[in-house]
Amino acid sequence: MTLLMPAPEPEIMSRRNEVIARLRAILPRESLIVDEVARRAYECDAFTMYRALPLVVALPESVEEVRAVMALAAEMNVKLVPRGAGTSLSGGSMPLEDGILLGMSKFNRILEIDYENRCARVQPGVQNLAISKAVEAQGFYYAPDPSSQIACSIGGNVAENAGGVHCLKYGLTTNNILGLEVVLMGGELIRLGGKHLDSEGYDLIGLMTGSEGLLGVVTEVTVRLLQRPPVARVLLLGFASVAAGARCVGAIIARGVIPAGLEMMDKATIHAVERFQPCGYPLDAEALVIVELDGTQIEVDHLVGFVHEIARDEGATTIRASTSEAERLQFWAGRKNAFPAVSCIAPDYLCMDGTIPRARLPEALAGMDRLAKAQGLSVANVFHAGDGNLHPLILYDASKAGEVERAENLGFDILRLCVSLGGVLTGEHGVGVEKRDLMGEMFSDVDLEQQMRLKCAFDPAGRLNPGKVFPTLHRCAEFGMMHVSGGNAPFPDLPRF
Amino acid sequence: MQCASATLDIRDEADAADAICAANARGVSCAIVGGGSKSRLGRSAPQGQSLSTRALTGATLYEPDELVLSARSGTCLGEIEALLDEHGQQLAFEPMDYGPLLGSAKSAATIGGVIAVNASGPRRIKAGAARDHLLGFRCVTGRGEIVKSGGRVMKNVTGYDLSKLVCGSYGTLALLTEITLKVLPKSETECTLLAIGGDEAESLALLRRAAATPCEPSSLAMLPAGAAPLALDAHAAAIRLEGPAISVTARRDDLATRLASEGLRFETLVEADSKALWRDLRDAAPVAGRTGQVWRISVAPTEGFAVVERIRRAGAPMLAHFYDWAGGLIWLCVEAAPDAHAAAVRGAVDVGGGHATLIRASEETRANVDVFHPQPASLAALTRRVKESFDPAHILERGRMRAEF
Repeated sequence: MTLLMPAPEPEIMSRRNEVIARLRAILPRESLIVDEVARRAYECDAFTMYRALPLVVALPESVEEVRAVMALAAEMNVKLVPRGAGTSLSGGSMPLEDGILLGMSKFNRILEIDYENRCARVQPGVQNLAISKAVEAQGFYYAPDPSSQIACSIGGNVAENAGGVHCLKYGLTTNNILGLEVVLMGGELIRLGGKHLDSEGYDLIGLMTGSEGLLGVVTEVTVRLLQRPPVARVLLLGFASVAAGARCVGAIIARGVIPAGLEMMDKATIHAVERFQPCGYPLDAEALVIVELDGTQIEVDHLVGFVHEIARDEGATTIRASTSEAERLQFWAGRKNAFPAVSCIAPDYLCMDGTIPRARLPEALAGMDRLAKAQGLSVANVFHAGDGNLHPLILYDASKAGEVERAENLGFDILRLCVSLGGVLTGEHGVGVEKRDLMGEMFSDVDLEQQMRLKCAFDPAGRLNPGKVFPTLHRCAEFGMMHVSGGNAPFPDLPRF
Repeated sequence: MQCASATLDIRDEADAADAICAANARGVSCAIVGGGSKSRLGRSAPQGQSLSTRALTGATLYEPDELVLSARSGTCLGEIEALLDEHGQQLAFEPMDYGPLLGSAKSAATIGGVIAVNASGPRRIKAGAARDHLLGFRCVTGRGEIVKSGGRVMKNVTGYDLSKLVCGSYGTLALLTEITLKVLPKSETECTLLAIGGDEAESLALLRRAAATPCEPSSLAMLPAGAAPLALDAHAAAIRLEGPAISVTARRDDLATRLASEGLRFETLVEADSKALWRDLRDAAPVAGRTGQVWRISVAPTEGFAVVERIRRAGAPMLAHFYDWAGGLIWLCVEAAPDAHAAAVRGAVDVGGGHATLIRASEETRANVDVFHPQPASLAALTRRVKESFDPAHILERGRMRAEF
């Protein structure tokens, strides 16, 4: 299965010089990348399997410049692809050969920190981790912590609704945003929310979050800041089977504990991690569960004892609780290094991102094993066990003929398996280009058409980040038409236009 | 031919699709009615017919250790809460019962209505709003099409997050048929620390200080002297702490130490009293029992007091008010007037940003005064396009949110 992007429109390609000339009138010379070698740096994001050389790269530094570029794109009917830090794992910011790439990296300022209202106003190019760093001295932090947090930007986090290891307790990006400033295709500026909660009217902040850069370009974000819990401790729990580990995770939650982090990895990953950087994980375990509990000292100590009991009752073969901050970080080090560790046991890996109902985990793993064998490949697994988000790492060697394709096919098979078990195609990496053609596994045509109609409400010409998320491109006018079923249009008396 | 106020019972999705397609064909607008507790909420806009979800009942999935529950939209909120309670779980966003405030039946709400208005209570500041707990749904759109979005898992970014959009849409986009929610464990226990004796501004500042401690308050309200349900002789800041007993007690002691200052006295409401207080505040008891029009105002917490002062100075006759969400949510009861003092209220809010919703007023007032905060032209136009992407002929709840649709 090869992903096809819409063919570059010769009509746009032929107007490249005109587009550049018009952009030069908007942006200073250094904010426009025209030269082919320099454009190469933008030819992909972190989904590196597919690349395209953008028509031209625009790097605006003011909202007015963004508005002018988007107005120009609409006026000239040229495609536009927004890009933050370029860490998307699904190709959300993969460029188009006939599209302007709008890089938001110069929007890198924290505009305001308001501790009393527990929020910060930041520009979209600010790194996720930079927000927490800026407020840590006052005891605050920004909760969503995707594993790319040292590089990814908050604007991209909004576009992808980024998660992280702490989202079972503290939520995803969508649960931690108070306000957005958005520029629509055409240059219109819209302000949503602010420092207050739950703006009435349609929740367009919620809709924008996770819309993968298809609806508008975010130019400012107001994030919620949380008080950092004074204490966190981690339990390492080893189990003789993945099923036993999954049961223990279920038991912890059923007994009323919502851990700050609840992670799991399989034997292949445990061994890869221990080879990469030993951190004391039990090599005899088939599954390792990592439980982080945070809060006040007295509460955390109480909960560590409680979870210890649950783990013992559930037959854990290893139970260790961190007794110092250094030890807590050491327990986490293996999990945080899981991806680089896996890349040491195979030349290449493909990271998948399905979510399943957690109780189906043993079935999912057995199914994955079967599918991997059929493709002659193997899979290492790390999961956000608390919320059922799987990250199967498909191990392959791109230098061997046909392995890339087999890895991709296996990835698609695994995602179909997730959907068949009651889960979804993507928990946090986004659909982008990568999972675009699988959308039909989860949604009916009617479901997808409703989503595309919403896209039309924001971008009637369909010029903002086209070719992503939806498996087919439609002109918005097509959605004015009604489906005729059994010869009867649903609303025979409605005027048609 | 049906009379204008006909009610159609929706038994399943196919029914809903048929009814909405027929309504489109005839150009008849539809109200969507569950338990009717919120029928006086929103703009007063008579509809051609009612679609009742009362027959669309029952939980369809509940897996406590996966923290997920699905139910048909007409299921009573009380029934869902009772089911969750059997497993020590709850809807953490604490949906408000609008019955007492709006003079409709108590405990009549359905889960569909809760989602339709994004009803969230005092715990919202810690646990999130209804919109943060809606994992997925099935619906019939204003086009008469059966559409689903989201799923039953906690983490899902597949496609646009339509859950956020339908939450708080007052039925103007779609008739929800099935709702899937994230549910959470109840806390082992709770208590409320009352700090009594500061003036209004001081009490609100104290709430913000409490929010910035590691004591994890889950609700922060300020009750003026005399306000129901406590009717204290002085202003009070109320701080709710939830969790394991051992932790709740320690955090309460810690907070009392951190917040101590001259002229303040502290009292503790233990579990049953604490629960009763927050249930009353959830249902806006300090203003619900008063006669007058009621506004619900959401602003930045630091703005709360200033907004109330500006409304007072603008001459709106205030009868009662209190603050929730650390000062960010103001419930305000004013003497009834044909314009509901909208200019005074909204003028006060617009200085620093936020919104004011007219919650309780006569039908006539709710037909003539903007119930929802007016939007800038570009946002209003986008809002209308979003509406029309679901409901091009303005069939569902026509005029309930905005006069123009």
